[in-house]
Amino acid sequence: MGGFPILTAMTFLPLIGALLIVLVRAATAGSRAAADDGRQNRAILMASLIISAATFVLSVAAFLSFDATQPGYQLVEQHAWYGPISYKLGIDGLSISLILLTTFLTPICLLASWNSINKRVTEYVVAFLVLETFMIGVFTALDLVLFYIFFEAGLIPMFLIIGIWGGKDRIYASFKFFLYTLIGSLLLLVAAIYMIQAAGSADFEVLEQYAFDPGIQTWLWLAFLASFAVKLPMWPVHTWLPDAHVQAPTAGSVVLAGVLLKMGGYGMLRFSLPMFPDASAYFQPMMFALAVVAIIYTSLVAWRQTDMKKLIAYSSVAHMGFVTLGIFAFNETGIQGAIFQMLSHGLISGALFLIVGVVYDRMHTREIAAYGGLVGRMPIYAGFFMLFTMANVGLPGTSGFVGEILTMVGGFQAATWAAFGAAFGVIFSAVYMLTLYRRTVFGEITNPHLEDIKDMNRIEWACIAPLAALTILFGIAPNLIFAVTSGATGRIIALMAGGQ
Amino acid sequence: MLDTQSIVQAIAPELWLAASGLMMVLVGAIAGERFNSLSYKVGALVMFAAAALSAMHLQGGEAFNGLVKTNTFTNFTKVISFTLAGVAIFLSEGFLRRHDISRYEYPLLMVLASLGMGITLSANNLMTLYMGIETLSLSSYVLAAFHRDSARSSEAGLKYFVLGALASGMLLYGASLVYGFTGTTSFDGLAMAGESVGAMFGMVLMIVGLAFKISASPMHVWTPDVYEGAPTPVVAFFASAPKFASLVVFANVMFTLFGSVMDQWQLIVAIVAGLSMIVGSLGGLTQNNIKRLLAYSSIANVGYALVAVAAGQALGASALLTFSTIYVISSLGLFAGVLAMRRRGGMVESIQELGGLARRQPVFAIAMTVLVLSVAGLPPFGGFFGKYEVLRAGIDADLVPLAIVLVLASVVSLGYYLRLLKVMWFDEPKEAFERVDVTVLGTVIACALVAGVVFMIFIGELGTGGWASYAASGLVP
Repeated sequence: MGGFPILTAMTFLPLIGALLIVLVRAATAGSRAAADDGRQNRAILMASLIISAATFVLSVAAFLSFDATQPGYQLVEQHAWYGPISYKLGIDGLSISLILLTTFLTPICLLASWNSINKRVTEYVVAFLVLETFMIGVFTALDLVLFYIFFEAGLIPMFLIIGIWGGKDRIYASFKFFLYTLIGSLLLLVAAIYMIQAAGSADFEVLEQYAFDPGIQTWLWLAFLASFAVKLPMWPVHTWLPDAHVQAPTAGSVVLAGVLLKMGGYGMLRFSLPMFPDASAYFQPMMFALAVVAIIYTSLVAWRQTDMKKLIAYSSVAHMGFVTLGIFAFNETGIQGAIFQMLSHGLISGALFLIVGVVYDRMHTREIAAYGGLVGRMPIYAGFFMLFTMANVGLPGTSGFVGEILTMVGGFQAATWAAFGAAFGVIFSAVYMLTLYRRTVFGEITNPHLEDIKDMNRIEWACIAPLAALTILFGIAPNLIFAVTSGATGRIIALMAGGQ
Repeated sequence: MLDTQSIVQAIAPELWLAASGLMMVLVGAIAGERFNSLSYKVGALVMFAAAALSAMHLQGGEAFNGLVKTNTFTNFTKVISFTLAGVAIFLSEGFLRRHDISRYEYPLLMVLASLGMGITLSANNLMTLYMGIETLSLSSYVLAAFHRDSARSSEAGLKYFVLGALASGMLLYGASLVYGFTGTTSFDGLAMAGESVGAMFGMVLMIVGLAFKISASPMHVWTPDVYEGAPTPVVAFFASAPKFASLVVFANVMFTLFGSVMDQWQLIVAIVAGLSMIVGSLGGLTQNNIKRLLAYSSIANVGYALVAVAAGQALGASALLTFSTIYVISSLGLFAGVLAMRRRGGMVESIQELGGLARRQPVFAIAMTVLVLSVAGLPPFGGFFGKYEVLRAGIDADLVPLAIVLVLASVVSLGYYLRLLKVMWFDEPKEAFERVDVTVLGTVIACALVAGVVFMIFIGELGTGGWASYAASGLVP
């Protein structure tokens, strides 16, 4: 379909919106003396909300004109740009589902910042909108260099979000986040250039068909892994994540857990499997081992945390272990499960960070020990918290269950021991999540400051309720997602088989 | 019998610069102090006219029995270098006036230095090459020491002179060895001459001399001291126009003069490149003076550029042009930014002084951020494409280990680039800088736009496959 370039519009709308906000803000800066005027801040946030909501509408429109029964890339836009590199955008079932997750979470993040961000609001929303453009770009790009540009450029706004609006050790966390991610991405760049020189094109569709020599594949695969393993993150390169999560503002944690981590899984599905099938098969046992270690080890680490955000961060690493397990099962069940787990984790962990943010905004501490007995004062909050605790544990009826069971079934078909190991993660996740829930929500109120804590306000409702609804909806009707992603999954498996 | 037309075709910009320089001396001698303020505009216009002349004679030609020979490769470089030199002259006036050293000799020296750059670039003979380099160097020594009342500036000038003279000596000694063993000083003749141990020995000495001029490691030690001591607008000049010209001269000598013995020098250049990247990225980590930090950054970036030289002419020439053009434009912008760091009448150079710039002067801070990110080679800004080209040339020439050193050095050097961003964006604001000159702020913004945005969008037209390839095609093997 020609005509309106909807993917370009969707990708760059937030960026253009950010520029408009900067311009309007610069034009009105002289008329107001107070830089941090409250009403003006609300107006800026409202503008950014409208922009991100419009982006969501565009992404839904793109989804509606997307034909899920076709396996290939659709709505492709291509323009020559730079030698073998072209500006090429397109979507398949895998990318559109992650795009929808991105555009859905971004307005929620901005809304969640309504009361919690009071300084430098203009810069804040600009950073967020620019980040949204780069995140969508990662999922729409069908050109290796274009992908890389979006992939790495996203680090800059996230670096600023953690570093400016973060907690006490924000500078350490932001540097760690940036340098860890960068070293992986640059190795990816070297591999990418090698591939482009070899294949003569940076187009995904050409690279997917190009058969790289198995010996070379190993090195390329490892270079790509360096990037995706950090991003996902996999044990043992996950240590940046707890720091980044704890220091980032609530909305930053949501987008980090919700979207940025998914780029690692997306990258493996988009590059490692279809482009380097031999190397992927060769490294399958290693990846299973790393996934199982991640699931068991980080679950145990999560159990011992005293900081709520850190606990959820470690739980994210464990849940991403399931994604790795599913992806490297190389069968339809596993890959479908991995995609589902990514989407479901985006909703659940995003919601859990929002849940922590609710009490953090009131009490300004994330220490689990400072809470207890919230159920008496905040019954609605306790209800939502319960839902997402259960979803994170993987209770049937929530989306968390579907992802975990499918990745384990997929893993079981490929290697029994891996699924056996991963099953411990399910048990441990129940242990640490229920411990967290019991210690914060139940029991007597020990902290006198909690006596007059208020339940969730309307804005918090508006942020968390949609996530809760989707968590339950996808838990009951997972086929809604499988219908979209099955074409892409089948294509990945076919490309793998074609290569071997 | 002189063929005027072919001389003009070959070296019109140098003729213009020499004539204008002499005219400026004459006018200055007659008008004295009255010429001081006008001389900056005249100097800048002379440079822009020289750039235009280079652009008009882009094809170049040969003159004086092959003593000079120009082509698109060198003329493209001249266009960029002369333009940047013109901007640097514009930038300087406010600084010099505030320090009471505003004299017409300053733009004059820059014009003469640029004349030296032009001659070096046009050289097709060892004699011409040496003459050009010395014209450039002697003007540079005086410029570095231009702030006569400042001990730091005099020290910088002296250091630069002593070490520079040593390097020139090596270059000359190398050139004489090459001449002695091959019997010719002409590039064309040398390119044809076969290998001989003596000539190779001379080549190594010449590489040493040239490496000093581009501040490549291990001949880099003068750079931080000179950058720190010399007046900031002079450093803005050093770090842009002559840096670019010298890099291209280095490549030109390697590709044309020693093109046939690439297997002899490839490893040397690769080692120099690797060392420069390592020294530049590690050395900058502990610097607190922004000029010293940028000096180390420039050493690292010269290392990246030399990767393109080591990759050889095929992809290296256009990669070198793309990378260096973007780098020197960003570099000029960054030093212009340093020029804007002024409090209570004095210049401040500590990194901490940039604290909270984003809140006090957001436009300035955003432009500086784009420049820093571009020099760091982070996408989506122009600098990324420069680095991409260099990596591509390196990988294509099977220099994968060097490419990996490049990548790791980029990560390490990001430690100090991020520190700049951290100070500007995260730290609590200090008092605002004094009002920034329009020319200075304009340069920062213009450089950020060109290096950051124009090169991003139009990289297809400007980089390899576009202008850079066209320019590199002048280098006929």
